[in-house]
Amino acid sequence: MVASTSDERRRLLFDFLKPPVLALQEFVALSGRAFVNVFRKPHYFNDISLQMDVIGVGSLPIVILTGFFSGAVMALQMSRALNQYGASGQVGQIVSIALVREMGPVLTALAVAGRNGSGIASELGSMKVTEQIDAMRALGTDPIQKLVTPRLIAMAIVLPLLTIISDFVGLIGGYMVSVPVLRLTTASQYWSTAWRSLEYNDIAQGLLKPLVFAIIISLVGCFYGIRTTGGTQGVGLSTTRAVVVALVWVFVTTFFIGKLFVNL
Amino acid sequence: MGGNTGETILRFENVTLRFEDEEPALNDVSFEICAGESCVVLGAAGSGKTVLLKTAVGLLRPSAGRVFLFDRDIAPLREQELFALRSKVGILFQEGGLFDSLTIEENVGYPLVNQPAVNCPAVEVRPRVEAALGFVELGHTLEKFPSELSGGMRRRVGIARANVTEPPLVLYDSPTAGLDPITAHTIMTLILKERDTKNTTTVIVTHRYQDGFLLANFQYNPDTGAVESVFRNGAGGERRTRFLVLREGRLIFEGSPQQLEASPNPYVQKFVKRLYN
Repeated sequence: MVASTSDERRRLLFDFLKPPVLALQEFVALSGRAFVNVFRKPHYFNDISLQMDVIGVGSLPIVILTGFFSGAVMALQMSRALNQYGASGQVGQIVSIALVREMGPVLTALAVAGRNGSGIASELGSMKVTEQIDAMRALGTDPIQKLVTPRLIAMAIVLPLLTIISDFVGLIGGYMVSVPVLRLTTASQYWSTAWRSLEYNDIAQGLLKPLVFAIIISLVGCFYGIRTTGGTQGVGLSTTRAVVVALVWVFVTTFFIGKLFVNL
Repeated sequence: MGGNTGETILRFENVTLRFEDEEPALNDVSFEICAGESCVVLGAAGSGKTVLLKTAVGLLRPSAGRVFLFDRDIAPLREQELFALRSKVGILFQEGGLFDSLTIEENVGYPLVNQPAVNCPAVEVRPRVEAALGFVELGHTLEKFPSELSGGMRRRVGIARANVTEPPLVLYDSPTAGLDPITAHTIMTLILKERDTKNTTTVIVTHRYQDGFLLANFQYNPDTGAVESVFRNGAGGERRTRFLVLREGRLIFEGSPQQLEASPNPYVQKFVKRLYN
């Protein structure tokens, strides 16, 4: 009786752990093949440039908007505290460090995950349920080479660039609030403190983060898209999962990368 | 018109396929198809017909048993190695399986451009695509996208794509499912035309006995451009048609059209009687 209860518990634990372990295994396999394909022929350059256009140019308006207002809001919220300590002249430094290290990469990743991570999952999911991915395999094309690797490469190129734009536009947003609106500091002081406060460490983590986020968003989107089952309802489910999982991993990895650079 | 040459094109040996912990989608299935044969796989929805077709070309891997395609055991082959074998097989997927983002011309030309084993020179792609689309009487749709075509037209484009490389084996997954009777007849006529003019080995999975009946008892006449009974001249057809019946993943019948019609199995009778009633 005791033995059977113990066996039952073990079976329940096994049943509970099997799906996530299997999913992780499949994700690692997909990621490995996607990375290996970067160096293997054939290369689908047209697909890479198409995806760069979809992700990069397509996301530009939302990235500029979120970047501008995040810088503006940061300056606005910090103004009171800085005035209290008579340090309002340092607003450029604060906006610059916070944007380049953390806010720029994370907010850009959130915008791109919501817009393109979901798009990737739903597009690939629709292809899966309408047998287009099977057709691709039947017609001599590796779907990972044709669909996943171009999205991975495009996202890895474009997300750091979008982040740089977001950081710059965010600094302009901070400037607009700090100088013409609240008159916390002068234009030259804002830009000089913003520029001088940045160290190589800040820029390095500000560029490493979007690269890692790009890998996460593209691979998670492709993974959930390619393993879609259950028709149109399944496509919706995959899309939701892709965005949620990508966002969670963006927040987890930003912490660890930040921790890594703090110790450097 | 060629008959059977006897060479085995596709062989299943005790194939079982199960998805995770579910009941097997295919359960100990064994059969073989020879060159020049027509094979009709009958079965209700969920009986494992599509799974069988996908297993035949390595899109799904069996849990047990072996599949031989053109005399090669495909189980140990890697995906890249399977591409060369698949280039000898044309497949029509259930809903056509056309790529939404590509035009009809790009869809039909896809196997010519992307299958390394086909090795089609770039200048020949367009003429071959036009010929394949002309074969299914859709030569005017080159620039259109799949979403601009009706269900029947998409199926015909799928037939053109399956046959553009002129493969020796063509698999059709429920080619007439969900179509009105007139369009279904047009599709079946095209399949007969393709089979009889190019002498391909043809496998159709379907739940409609009418499709199998047409395949077994009719042939395409290139002079009249219509299908006619193989018994019209009192000779009967040269081409052998074999019927398989699947039920819940098990092969419960294998035999000729005559054996199928004489089968005492009540499940098999359901398919046959529906036509005669």
